[in-house]
Amino acid sequence: MMIGLFLFFLLMFPSPLISDTVSNARIFSSPLFPCSSCHGVMKPVFSRRKLSFHEDITLNHDNLWCLDCHNASNRDRLNKTGGKIITFNELQSLCGICHGVIYTEWTQGVHGKRTGYWNGEKHYLLCTDCHNPHSPRFNPLRPEPPPLRPEKTLRR
Amino acid sequence: MLSRRQFIKTGITLLGSLTLSSCLKQDIFREKFQELTGEEKKAFLKRLEERYERKYGIRINVDATPPLKDAVFGYGLDLSRCIGCRRCVYACMKENNQSRDIPIQWIRVMRIKKEDFNPSDFEHSEHYYSPEEVPEEGYIYIPIQCQQCERPACVKVCPTKATWKEPDGIVVIDYEWCIGCRCCMAACPYWARRFNWGEPYIPKEELNPYTHYYGNRPRMRGVVEKCTFCIQRTRKGRYPACVEACPVGARKFGNLLDPQSEIRYILDNFRVFRLKAELNTEPKFFYFFSLG
Repeated sequence: MMIGLFLFFLLMFPSPLISDTVSNARIFSSPLFPCSSCHGVMKPVFSRRKLSFHEDITLNHDNLWCLDCHNASNRDRLNKTGGKIITFNELQSLCGICHGVIYTEWTQGVHGKRTGYWNGEKHYLLCTDCHNPHSPRFNPLRPEPPPLRPEKTLRR
Repeated sequence: MLSRRQFIKTGITLLGSLTLSSCLKQDIFREKFQELTGEEKKAFLKRLEERYERKYGIRINVDATPPLKDAVFGYGLDLSRCIGCRRCVYACMKENNQSRDIPIQWIRVMRIKKEDFNPSDFEHSEHYYSPEEVPEEGYIYIPIQCQQCERPACVKVCPTKATWKEPDGIVVIDYEWCIGCRCCMAACPYWARRFNWGEPYIPKEELNPYTHYYGNRPRMRGVVEKCTFCIQRTRKGRYPACVEACPVGARKFGNLLDPQSEIRYILDNFRVFRLKAELNTEPKFFYFFSLG
């Protein structure tokens, strides 16, 4: 009954009623956040160079450099085109500037993963939950063991 | 004065009506579960739960949620994303209480050379691949499980009508009625059904206690089992376990009747195909390539 009612509402008013959730950006759980605690007093350097801090970051994302995405005057925010400044939780719109088709597919639930309820509240994973924004390509995985061959499945 | 004949007659009817009480109707006469009334179903499930508690020592909840109205389930699998890591296989085993010592796996991931790929021919594929790392260059991976056909060959051949298609499109098995003849396994063109050759063993601590009568409740020796789109989850609105386990998000699930669902978006926007489409089994399991 409740589910029927819910389905009815779902069909009547497609999206605004669903209170889907999106993950918090990964950076908020980093011990280094907020970035402004260090960068607030530092002068931004725009040139490409070898970093003396953040050396664990390997940047392998086309030809991008830090300040293309990170905002120079407020390090707790990101840049978007047209001088717009966005928070880390809106980073999907920044990724969507270059990866437009994938962004559309993500909003439709085709790219990426949704968990939760197929007929109700869904939880979306944010781009950075799966991809490292600094080198977004997936690393190869070790596969789980293969099924046993029939001759090995005999019970002793 | 009661004649001898009358005495025996009344005696037998009295005895019969006692044993025929709804409690024993299922156990002795094996009335079909779906033909029982609501009360009888409840009583039978309760006795089933007690039986499981005696056997495994933990409380197992067996429910029989009926199909949802206005829902027919469909599945999408993005082959350009799948990396063949088999995470889904093991998530499925865990969720659906598959036998562990003689392993039963409902999902089988096929590996095939890109140039050999043909959705109707798996002659050159294998599922025992085990490299150090996946994905491998030049190969694609095709996970195969029950395709939940609209015209299921397995249902047609079952001599005891122990398997059938539910209104929400899921092909289910009544394990109480399965006689283990394995005709359905021979009929299935996708090799999606598995047989319990021995008494399945699952360690107590690995049992999933949230089960469905037609789905992941612990099975017995000599019955056939298969993927049910995680009936115990999907009938309560949740995604199947394999969808939530996939690390690359290749698996998509939704309601085919809901135009807003992700499966409908896939059907509208991608070139989907089904395995062995020429057999006219009309699977509700759609494969597609989202890239190139």
